[in-house]
Amino acid sequence: MDVLVDNMPSYWAGFQVTLRLTLYSGAISLALGLVLAALRVSPIRPLRGLAATYVELLRNTPLTLVFFFMILVAPQFGIIAPLGFWTAVICLSTYTAAFVAEAVRSGINSVGVGQAEASRAIGLTFGQSLGNVILPQALRSVVPPMINVFIALTKNTSVAAGFAVVELVGSGRRISQGNPGDAVVVLLGVALFYLAITIPLGAIASTVERKVAFSR
Amino acid sequence: MAHDRALPSDAGVPDRSELGAPLVVLDKVNKHFGALHVLQDIDLTVHRGEVVVVIGPSGSGKSTLCRSINRLETIDTGTITIDGVPVPAEGKALARMRADVGMVFQSFNLFAHKTVLENVTLGPIKAKGLKKSEAKALAMQLLERVGVANQADKLPAQLSGGQQQRVAIARALAMKPKVMLFDEPTSALDPEMINEVLDVMVSLAAEGMTMIVVTHEMGFARKAAHRVVFMDGGQVVEEAEPETFFTTPESERAQDFLSKILTH
Ligand SMILES: Nc1ncnc2c1ncn2[C@@H]1O[C@H](COP(=O)(O)OP(=O)(O)OP(=O)(O)O)[C@@H](O)[C@H]1O
Ligand SMILES: [Mg+2]
Repeated sequence: MDVLVDNMPSYWAGFQVTLRLTLYSGAISLALGLVLAALRVSPIRPLRGLAATYVELLRNTPLTLVFFFMILVAPQFGIIAPLGFWTAVICLSTYTAAFVAEAVRSGINSVGVGQAEASRAIGLTFGQSLGNVILPQALRSVVPPMINVFIALTKNTSVAAGFAVVELVGSGRRISQGNPGDAVVVLLGVALFYLAITIPLGAIASTVERKVAFSR
Repeated sequence: MAHDRALPSDAGVPDRSELGAPLVVLDKVNKHFGALHVLQDIDLTVHRGEVVVVIGPSGSGKSTLCRSINRLETIDTGTITIDGVPVPAEGKALARMRADVGMVFQSFNLFAHKTVLENVTLGPIKAKGLKKSEAKALAMQLLERVGVANQADKLPAQLSGGQQQRVAIARALAMKPKVMLFDEPTSALDPEMINEVLDVMVSLAAEGMTMIVVTHEMGFARKAAHRVVFMDGGQVVEEAEPETFFTTPESERAQDFLSKILTH
């Protein structure tokens, strides 16, 4: 147990990096995912196609490959992606946005088509109809799967450890290298810190789910 | 299906001779759903202040006709003009045009997450830029008129079908439309609620609202319509004044259809 207490500063530093990776990537992927979902239901066919291609491509690619692409392939197109925190944020965001878009889109589809027709019939534009009628109703069914997306994102931040970002897993590796005998305890410590993020997320999800169940 | 209902007798519908200029004009309109030719060379002119009832068997294209007027369905060929302006294809212009065309759906389609009052004020606030207070005053006046003002703060799901449909009419009227489209507004209602909706529609007609109404309610057609348009298989087969149409239909298809719905 001493190994946990002794290395608390390292854990804490790693935890903060993981938390920041999750928060920044979560916010960016939420924004990007919303845009993608809007494009996917837009009246303009090429935009729908573009968004669908993006989502299918990213959703079906391993995250590690997205990192490799950014770091090894992108420079050949003149995009220099240095190893580090922001490259990881970009990779995590572009990847997670595809899942956010899917969650939002299925939420949009769960709202009856009559709602969209009625809002268009009173003269709302596509954007107004989405913002005032469709998304507020989609939200109820979107929040639970969205929380799952963010829980997955939290865990996916560990991929950054393989690309020179010292987050929780990276810290754990360093600590266990210094304390080879206590590797199991060290890794348990890492897991506890992940739970510190994912358990509250899960709690939010079940609260929201209960609220939705009442208001239906 | 078809019923001759007693409707208020004080509802004098303006005489045909008082009708104004053409307002909604369909010219050689064609539409396919895949191989199905749902609208076949439809010509239809509805004048300002006119009430047209569209009647016909299931699948004859009545809803599609109605929905193509505010472009909820696109058409393949032909033109549709409203007040002399062709229905725009896309974007803001289309939204503006739709604001001038009220639509009432069979399934009400009230915004489920908004109160009755918010359902009626949304369009005026967002599409017309009315102030909240103005929109609210207008909405309360319309809800009063359709008899559901006391439900203003409830959610649609808490209302009866008849009340919901009257809110839907108020929501459409709040945009001060030039013409109102009704697609079987009473066919999803329990029988005892049909009249409360028809009464509102009759009084609208009496005030000179231009209306296109898909319905099998003969009582309404007799009382409020200037003209009955009979559709079958994607075509307008016959047009006549209601009394003439219901008593002495010309075409065999109309006779056949009427004999079927009258035996109910
Ligand atoms: N979105 C669609 N895709 C394919 N076919 C459709 C679509 N909407 C309607 N149809 C078909 O077009 C035909 C006309 O439909 P429409 O709804 O206009 O008929 P209707 O006269 O309103 O019938 P009803 O009295 O049953 O409401 C029907 O055969 C219907 O199955
Ligand atoms: Mg129909």
